[in-house]
Amino acid sequence: MSKAEIRSEALTIGLSTTPFGVAFGVACTEAGFRWWEALGFSAFVFGGSAQFAAVGVLAAGGTVVAAIVAGGLLNLRSLAYGILLAPVLRGPRWWRALVSQWMIDESTAVAVGQTEIELRRYGYLAGGLSVFVLWNASTFVGFVAASGLGEWVLRLGLDATIPAAFLALLWPRLNDSTHRRNTIAGLVIAVALVPIAPAGLPIIAAAAGVIASRWGRS
Amino acid sequence: MSPATITFIGLGLVSYGLKAFGPVVVGGRRLPPVFERAAELVPAPLLAALVMISTIVDGNGFVFDARLAGLGAAAVALRFRANFLVTVLVAAATTGMVRALLN
Repeated sequence: MSKAEIRSEALTIGLSTTPFGVAFGVACTEAGFRWWEALGFSAFVFGGSAQFAAVGVLAAGGTVVAAIVAGGLLNLRSLAYGILLAPVLRGPRWWRALVSQWMIDESTAVAVGQTEIELRRYGYLAGGLSVFVLWNASTFVGFVAASGLGEWVLRLGLDATIPAAFLALLWPRLNDSTHRRNTIAGLVIAVALVPIAPAGLPIIAAAAGVIASRWGRS
Repeated sequence: MSPATITFIGLGLVSYGLKAFGPVVVGGRRLPPVFERAAELVPAPLLAALVMISTIVDGNGFVFDARLAGLGAAAVALRFRANFLVTVLVAAATTGMVRALLN
């Protein structure tokens, strides 16, 4: 994949998050937040599912601690992403500290979709920047527009954009029989854990379980 | 400070610690080859779980709705070598139409 293609993919995945950014802005309005608090979540927390969980807990009358734990559990997977991508993100420590803020599903997905280390790094940065800008912009738009749009997100089927984006990133790997087997094993693990584990954990377990099970054979 | 402000600052710090541990602490050090092997194997099950979670999971339960049709349409689009944007748009359009039909 060329850098131009990576940029195009990064822009598309960034655009695919905007319906949810809008929905998050709307959720913040409904929870009684101020506009800069909505943007505070999108800029500082910068993890869609964690943000939604935290706002949901607060809106339901939960404590600040409960909101932080709920959100933190959903962001646990960014620890795994960070370790996965540590060899990719070469550079001065301050630079690594700076770009770590973009360690999310989408930037990781664009990065690991590449074959060479330099392109993975480029994919991470392009994906992270694209999603960061568009996520914050769409949060603001949603907050301002406030109501009604939540329903249109569903009517236009925009909530299907994220899974479709992930599927498109997975697709090329399904040509390889090892990856295909791991995909099925990961799905089985994740499905089994959904009813009992905190949200976010099944995603980590899918990857960790497959690695652990294949260790002896690899 | 309001609860919302304390939450976004607190959760922001927790999240940043999780995100930055790998790049900053593990950092530029060369990791043993097992990590590279793991890095090669991780994406497929990880992406698969993300697809599944973002399609049919809500909290600790499963929700089967029009998004499944959208995902199926995305798979068909990918089968016919559609690019990324077309795939995503096909998924959204299909989901919207199926949802309208179901309602």
